[in-house]
Amino acid sequence: MSTIEERVKKIIIEQLGVKEEEVKPEASFENDLGADSLDTVELVMALEEEFETEIPDEEAEKIRTVQAAIDYVTAHSEE
Amino acid sequence: MFSRISGTGHYLPAYRLTNTELESRVDTSDQWIRERTGIRERRIAASNENVVSMATAASREALAAAGVQAAQLDMIVVATTSADKAFPSAACEVQAELGATKAAAFDIAAACAGFIFAMSVADQYIKTGMARHVLVVGADVLSRLCNPEDRNTIVLFGDGAGAAVLSASDQAGVLSTHIYCAGEYASLLGADLPGRNADPITEQAWLYMKGNEVFRVAVQKLSELVQDTLKQHNLKPDQLDWLVPHQANYRIIQATAKKLKMPIEQVVLTLEYTGNTSAASVPIALDVAIRDGRIQRGQRLLLEAFGGGFAWGSALVVY
Repeated sequence: MSTIEERVKKIIIEQLGVKEEEVKPEASFENDLGADSLDTVELVMALEEEFETEIPDEEAEKIRTVQAAIDYVTAHSEE
Repeated sequence: MFSRISGTGHYLPAYRLTNTELESRVDTSDQWIRERTGIRERRIAASNENVVSMATAASREALAAAGVQAAQLDMIVVATTSADKAFPSAACEVQAELGATKAAAFDIAAACAGFIFAMSVADQYIKTGMARHVLVVGADVLSRLCNPEDRNTIVLFGDGAGAAVLSASDQAGVLSTHIYCAGEYASLLGADLPGRNADPITEQAWLYMKGNEVFRVAVQKLSELVQDTLKQHNLKPDQLDWLVPHQANYRIIQATAKKLKMPIEQVVLTLEYTGNTSAASVPIALDVAIRDGRIQRGQRLLLEAFGGGFAWGSALVVY
């Protein structure tokens, strides 16, 4: 079973088409990983699907970095 | 009894508004527009054109392709949300232009999904034996509803019309239509009518759109919709020949095709040169691909659209 961190990173790699070594915790989706606003919307949707959760829009707006995504999922997963 | 697409047609205004020209009007760039929407240019109706004139032109093509005379039409359904008049309906004016004296004519308002809704109505009338030939049209001039200074909307919308004649047949044609609405999302996408006593055009009357939120719901609903439509017929995506999606945004189309695991080569795309023509987009794409020989008789097509309301729908069709 993969950890939350590994699963989040895998989704980021798939959605944004970036290399594994680029997905550092502090990396910003828009500034470092070349995402635009629609990419981040799709990324949040992919996270919702993977972790079977709903991320409200106001929370989704705060998920701007790799670490923020990992933190959100960790805080809201029922494991 | 089935309804079958017996002929299609479309009309696009001559004027091509390119991304480069938009760069000179508002703060935007060709690259920004292409990356987020996939659009390079859109057609803009001339001042003497409107929903009725474009709908009529597309309809004449569709009737000719179908080999059906206007006088044989039992019904005309025009999907539009940008006609010049509150009433009479655009469909009544089209009826008069075509001389379709026998046809009942009315409009349907379901924004970008309008053509699918209109097809759904036509299909029911034909299946039940109430009508033999129905003209279904999608026509819009949404460029006129956009604030010329709003860079978020003027880059997206173009004008045009598309039409199809549905005719009664023993052979399978339209297999099913599926239409849905969620009115609670009205504030995310819409255009108010200008007040009659207020200034001719008030700020509130311009088309408004919360792009990212619309994108999110559109991708979600369309993904569910196309999967459900196939499931109902026990079909696998690889049994489809063509996906004919509403041409709003390449990224939405890409996400929907990905859900279906459909190669992008099997998706009919016109938006690069038309932009989002609202209710006209699905029938324009359909007609373009029929006329250039991509879509062949007997092939299985999935049509889908999503728009203001929200209203969305699909049609599974054997052409």
